[in-house]
Amino acid sequence: MNLLEIKDLHAEVDGKEILKGINLTVKAGEVHAIMGPNGAGKSTLSAVLTGRERFNVTKGNIIFKGMELLQLPAEDRAREGIFLSFQYPVEIPGISTVNFLKTAVGEHRKYKKLPPLSGGEFLKMLREKMELLGMDNKLINRSLNEGFSGGEKKKNEILQMAVLNPTLAILDETDSGLDIDALRLVAQGVNKLKSPDNATIVITHYQRLLDYIVPDVVHILYDGRIVKTAGKELVPELEKYGYDWIKEGLS
Amino acid sequence: MTELENIDDSYFECKVNGLNTKCVTVNNGLFHPKNITSDLPEGVHVCSMKEARSRYSDIFECHYDKVRRSSDVSENNDAADGVFIYLSAGVELEQPLQILNTLGSETSFSGLQRNLVVLGKGARLTMLVCDHTLSGVEFDINNLTECVLDDGAALDYYEVQNQHAATRFENKLLVSEGRASLLDAMMITLYGGEIRNHIHVALNKSDADCNLRGVYILDKKQKVYNFTYVDHRAPHCSSHEHFKGVLDDAAFADFMGCVRVRPDAQKTDSYQANNNLLLTPFAKVHTSPQLIIDADDVKCSHGATVGQMNEEALFYLRSRGVGADEAKLMMMFGFAHDIIGKIKLQPLREEIDRLIDKRFRGEFSKCHNCTMNCNK
Repeated sequence: MNLLEIKDLHAEVDGKEILKGINLTVKAGEVHAIMGPNGAGKSTLSAVLTGRERFNVTKGNIIFKGMELLQLPAEDRAREGIFLSFQYPVEIPGISTVNFLKTAVGEHRKYKKLPPLSGGEFLKMLREKMELLGMDNKLINRSLNEGFSGGEKKKNEILQMAVLNPTLAILDETDSGLDIDALRLVAQGVNKLKSPDNATIVITHYQRLLDYIVPDVVHILYDGRIVKTAGKELVPELEKYGYDWIKEGLS
Repeated sequence: MTELENIDDSYFECKVNGLNTKCVTVNNGLFHPKNITSDLPEGVHVCSMKEARSRYSDIFECHYDKVRRSSDVSENNDAADGVFIYLSAGVELEQPLQILNTLGSETSFSGLQRNLVVLGKGARLTMLVCDHTLSGVEFDINNLTECVLDDGAALDYYEVQNQHAATRFENKLLVSEGRASLLDAMMITLYGGEIRNHIHVALNKSDADCNLRGVYILDKKQKVYNFTYVDHRAPHCSSHEHFKGVLDDAAFADFMGCVRVRPDAQKTDSYQANNNLLLTPFAKVHTSPQLIIDADDVKCSHGATVGQMNEEALFYLRSRGVGADEAKLMMMFGFAHDIIGKIKLQPLREEIDRLIDKRFRGEFSKCHNCTMNCNK
């Protein structure tokens, strides 16, 4: 089943066209990697998928679980199962991770017309997810991302992902700012959350993260278009030759 | 205001859930005759200012108006009454002492109130002052509280201001600190018409510390002024100030904080910050942090910000499925909780968090087991 279908997607920011006709289909159970040089439009694509208002879609559409995704506000997209692990998670003073997640879970359940979880039920679920990811509860009582190290922020993103249980997770440069131990831990978390019903899009510059999260399909995004799609064997090739041969092949 | 049969005789006990306070009521500036203070532990003396003049004449004569005179704050010596608190040396009152300042009248009312708090050497006290209006008429109120902290004394002072919009409230807290004494004061302005808080702290002897914190939440045309003056008169003292405000509609706030470091006050450590969150283009803030430094070996810093809701943070919350309105409320709550989180008494902290949450949601912020049946 096609979870996500992006058809001829064009998007601009401040009048400048960044995405120039993206076509992408993601099936349930798959892991897709989107690679490409700086400025190719990788982060714009994730912003458009999650509903950032400052990105203006000028053409094309996105079908997610059979719905017109672009008609939904950001919060409804999240409630329908889209999750973005931010490249730079935002620090929010005064709100603890545990309270934030409790509110978020409450809003998801309200949207799905499910009864709210009691405080005890929520904490039990949170503890199970933390155990699954091998996290201690040091972080969850602190203000959201405030003063967190790069690794702590990314671990916190993965914990949020585990709690919200998305059908489509987008990891935007999740490897940036991580040392090798944190990278492994985060990747293990993502792998544990994988199921035949959900899918993951990994956006990255480097091979590093893809050694741990092995993609089924690899796309190369260049100048607002997907210029090459192949299997995971494309990753070491890119690492070896860089992006220049792609650029040259196009010119 | 119809439910109260006799407003002038209004007397009610306020209970913060889980917080066992010793409560005294002051109605329209007068120490309520129904207050029972005979059950206080030895060395803890609480009575009306009128009674204190004769009953504790030594202490009264020694301290009354002294702190006020050494500051540049105008007097309100015509005040008929108020609360007198005296803790003998070494005495600690474990339960917080709550002062419930209530205002109730059928016609517009102007009033004065004068309080004196004297903590002997090493004495420790937590005060919770609640300012309430019980009827909808105009009030014009002038309160002055002097606190004298002898060497090693510690005062935790929380004031919750929750008055209706037709109230003009001039509120002065003047503190004199002795050697190695500690003041922790927090002004929580939930609701009011025009509130002017003057906090004046004199660090008279070495190694004294003070923390001044404040939160103000304003909407409509409410106005709040916080004037602080911290006078470092002795070496090795520290002062930390942090005031934060959330302003909606056409509200106005003014923060003017002055830290004065006298020539003898070497090794002073002082920090002052004021942050403001404006929710509309019509809300307005004046903030002017000031330092006057006459010593050469000190560490002093200050900062002020006036800004709007962080769009990046809002999107982050929305991208997790939190609706836009709820996300804004979370951000506002988090902004205020930065200060509220510093309340040491957990039940009070939780109660104030609840009140602030209600306030932001536009609900009537009264404590959830309040016995009053008033409406703002």
